Amino acid sequence: MATPNTPLWEVFIRSRNGLAHKHVGSLHASDTTMALQAARDIYTRRGEGLSIWVVPSTAITASDPAEKGMMFEPAESKIYRHPTFYEVPEEVGHM
Amino acid sequence: MYTQALNTAETDDRGLEDASKAAQFQARIDAEERIEPNDWMPAAYRKTLTRQISQHAHSEIVGMLPEGNWITRAPSLRRKAALLAKVQDECGHGLYLYAAAETLGTSREDLVDAMLAGKAKYSSIFNYPTLTWADIGTIGWLVDGAAIMNQIPLCRCSYGPYARAMIRVCKEESFHQRQGYEIMLTLCRGSDEQKAMAQDALDRWWWPVLMMFGPPDAASQHSDISTKWKIKRFSNDELRQKFVDATAPQAQYLGLTIPDPGMTQDAEGHWRYSEIDWTEFKQVLAGNGPCNRDRMAARRKSHDEGAWVREAAAAYAAKRAQRQTAQAAE
Repeated sequence: MATPNTPLWEVFIRSRNGLAHKHVGSLHASDTTMALQAARDIYTRRGEGLSIWVVPSTAITASDPAEKGMMFEPAESKIYRHPTFYEVPEEVGHM
Repeated sequence: MYTQALNTAETDDRGLEDASKAAQFQARIDAEERIEPNDWMPAAYRKTLTRQISQHAHSEIVGMLPEGNWITRAPSLRRKAALLAKVQDECGHGLYLYAAAETLGTSREDLVDAMLAGKAKYSSIFNYPTLTWADIGTIGWLVDGAAIMNQIPLCRCSYGPYARAMIRVCKEESFHQRQGYEIMLTLCRGSDEQKAMAQDALDRWWWPVLMMFGPPDAASQHSDISTKWKIKRFSNDELRQKFVDATAPQAQYLGLTIPDPGMTQDAEGHWRYSEIDWTEFKQVLAGNGPCNRDRMAARRKSHDEGAWVREAAAAYAAKRAQRQTAQAAE
């Protein structure tokens, strides 16, 4: 009997500076325990992090790159969402 | 590294594909945008990258063999620990690269099978034997040095996952080169026999290392499209020249002689090297290098002997999943 392909996982690591977990790459493992161990061996050999998340790649739903124009247009046309849109006289100082 | 023979792009079949999509794709490349896995891309771009990245991955994995040969015989605990860490890094590089290749739609299992079946290549350099401890120093210094030369421009390659994998690899590769140079330095400061051992290793590795950059520009016919797609940023000869220029003073510092009596420095400071024996390169690529058969046999043996581990892990995961489903149903 052919062995099924080993599932793919996405690896996220939180570095020691306290920032959010960040995607660092992917790996293959047959279950969560092995995925965590492999993530440690592959992605944290030089003190890259203090916490690891592994997520089955199949659990990720991604936006469609072909739709990105429509998807992100609303953010681009609303310049009043940025602080630089508003005028504050120089005398007032830093705000 | 190790993308040398791999610079042969697929023939451009964009005529068969949607011309406007192809034009948009090229415009994105020209604007230095990164192409991501789910983006539209020409079939030839996908095929070229799948081949290049997977062959790069195979090279990292096969590259563990010549160095692994010396782990048990390293001259001190410090050297042993460093070599072990280096070989472990090579394995990691292989895994990053397989993951990058997989984003193009071929599974790692299929990529590995292609390699084991002899259908996919790996770098010619790993078909040379590591006869003495000085070879380990030379590999770190020159083979990893050449790899860095080749890989740094790949960090800006148009395909996002490959570029990102290369950034990680390059960071780690610099430790490899320094540990190799340190081994050479120690040998060169040692006894006459040790220095002779270092010189012998340089004599054997120099020309094969220059071949790592691939055929001369005049002979590599497919580079154009890879350059247009910004997979390749510099030609084989440009990278080779950079490498020779960087290495010549390092050899001088060690007091070693590069085995090329015709080598001279020109007015601009470039080191001009003699003609490379491309018949040897072709022979090694064709499977007739000193260690081709050994390397393939070692990879196949390791893959076969690991089969029961993969089967057991899959069976265990399946059992646990089944138990969970049963518990949930209670």
